[in-house]
Amino acid sequence: MSQWTAICALLDIDDEDVMRFDNNGKTYAVFRYENQAYVSDGLCTHEKVHLADGLVMEYVIECPKHNGRFDIRDGKALGAPVCINLKTYPAKVEGGKIFADLG
Amino acid sequence: MQSKKISVPPRSREDYQLIGGAGDSAVDRGLVNAHWYKSPVSRPQMKQLMQRSDLPAIKDTCIWYACLGLAAAALVWTWGTPWAWLAFFAYGTLYGGPADSRWHEAGHGTAFKTRWMNDALYQVASFQVLRRPTVWRWSHARHHTDTLVTGRDPEIAALLPIDVPGMLLNLFAIRSGPRELWRALWNASGHISDAEKTFIPEMEWPQVIRDARKWVSLYAVLITSAVIIKSFLPLVLIGLLPGMMGTWLYTFFGLTQHAGLPENVTDFRENCRTVYMNPVFRFLYWNMNFHLEHHMYPMVPYHALPALHETIKADCPPPYTSTLQAYREILPTLWRQAYDPEYFVNRPVPKGETE
Repeated sequence: MSQWTAICALLDIDDEDVMRFDNNGKTYAVFRYENQAYVSDGLCTHEKVHLADGLVMEYVIECPKHNGRFDIRDGKALGAPVCINLKTYPAKVEGGKIFADLG
Repeated sequence: MQSKKISVPPRSREDYQLIGGAGDSAVDRGLVNAHWYKSPVSRPQMKQLMQRSDLPAIKDTCIWYACLGLAAAALVWTWGTPWAWLAFFAYGTLYGGPADSRWHEAGHGTAFKTRWMNDALYQVASFQVLRRPTVWRWSHARHHTDTLVTGRDPEIAALLPIDVPGMLLNLFAIRSGPRELWRALWNASGHISDAEKTFIPEMEWPQVIRDARKWVSLYAVLITSAVIIKSFLPLVLIGLLPGMMGTWLYTFFGLTQHAGLPENVTDFRENCRTVYMNPVFRFLYWNMNFHLEHHMYPMVPYHALPALHETIKADCPPPYTSTLQAYREILPTLWRQAYDPEYFVNRPVPKGETE
């Protein structure tokens, strides 16, 4: 059963951008693109750099350190130097707020 | 020039080995995958600076290859005359020199907005600059993670103590060029060195071998062409020879990046130089003279580095006002480091807020 955690208002994040969210000792990346929200682990699978400092280009987040790129919808690693997919979490927007199932 | 000596155990070339070198002690000292200082830049500014564009790199790439085409025409036209040596120098310089910065920027994925354009330029420039594409993609990732960390960074250009004759030979890749081809042959036969395995993930090893086999096929075509037309011209136009000829130019630019600056620090303001260069140099070098800025924020494209420099320069050591000024510091330092490897240049880092 889903346990939805409130993260922030959708408008707290610019469109085509990312924000860091820390919860219960873990760090996440929260993305907004075309008024949809996406949530993933916050650290790049290559060398644990915060993705929230990276660049969102449509559905792709690019790590700020080594250009590792992931699809924010499913966390798929899109080529070297990232080889391991990013873990993603179900997310939804309700009443202008972003919620994610971080379980 | 400010300089100082550090109190460290005596250095030897063995310290730089990726296996059995100083890497283990670097781990113990917290230098590996460490937190590096970054000058503050607001998120809206950084987002603006990181924006990609195809246009600047398309324009620059067209100009570069047009110049290369003209030089190639001059080489073919003068072939068989003494003027061919001059034409080969010009052609090789344009073939191999700017290929380094194109390899670099495309490897970061920041030259173009369009991914396939970065990938295509990366493959072509890697061949021109004599760097195996997958091996050097990963070695460069390591260089950015552990910049100038002894025993971890595989791309330190000025190993201590400085080997002056070796550096002079490598101005034309006399050692490094043939060695890289030999390593490509080794890879093509299905082998990867243990040292390279330390920074290339196992799932990328098959790609290293595929790359090498493509290179071997290309060289086979070149050699066959030379035999068929009974001329060295194909080998002078493409591959090892023009790549070696052009090495002096990117070495001239590249030594300004880190040479003479301290190893084993975690602040790019201490181990990277920003050097003001003229527009021709900046075109050939694709703004990598803003090297401190590039290391601090590697995802900022080359065409936005001057703007990034303006944004953070108050928090950085003063830039070198010219290439000449940089070399007035670098050459005496390298000369001294040939017999005193604990000596290095100490950059005046502004004292302010640190992370």
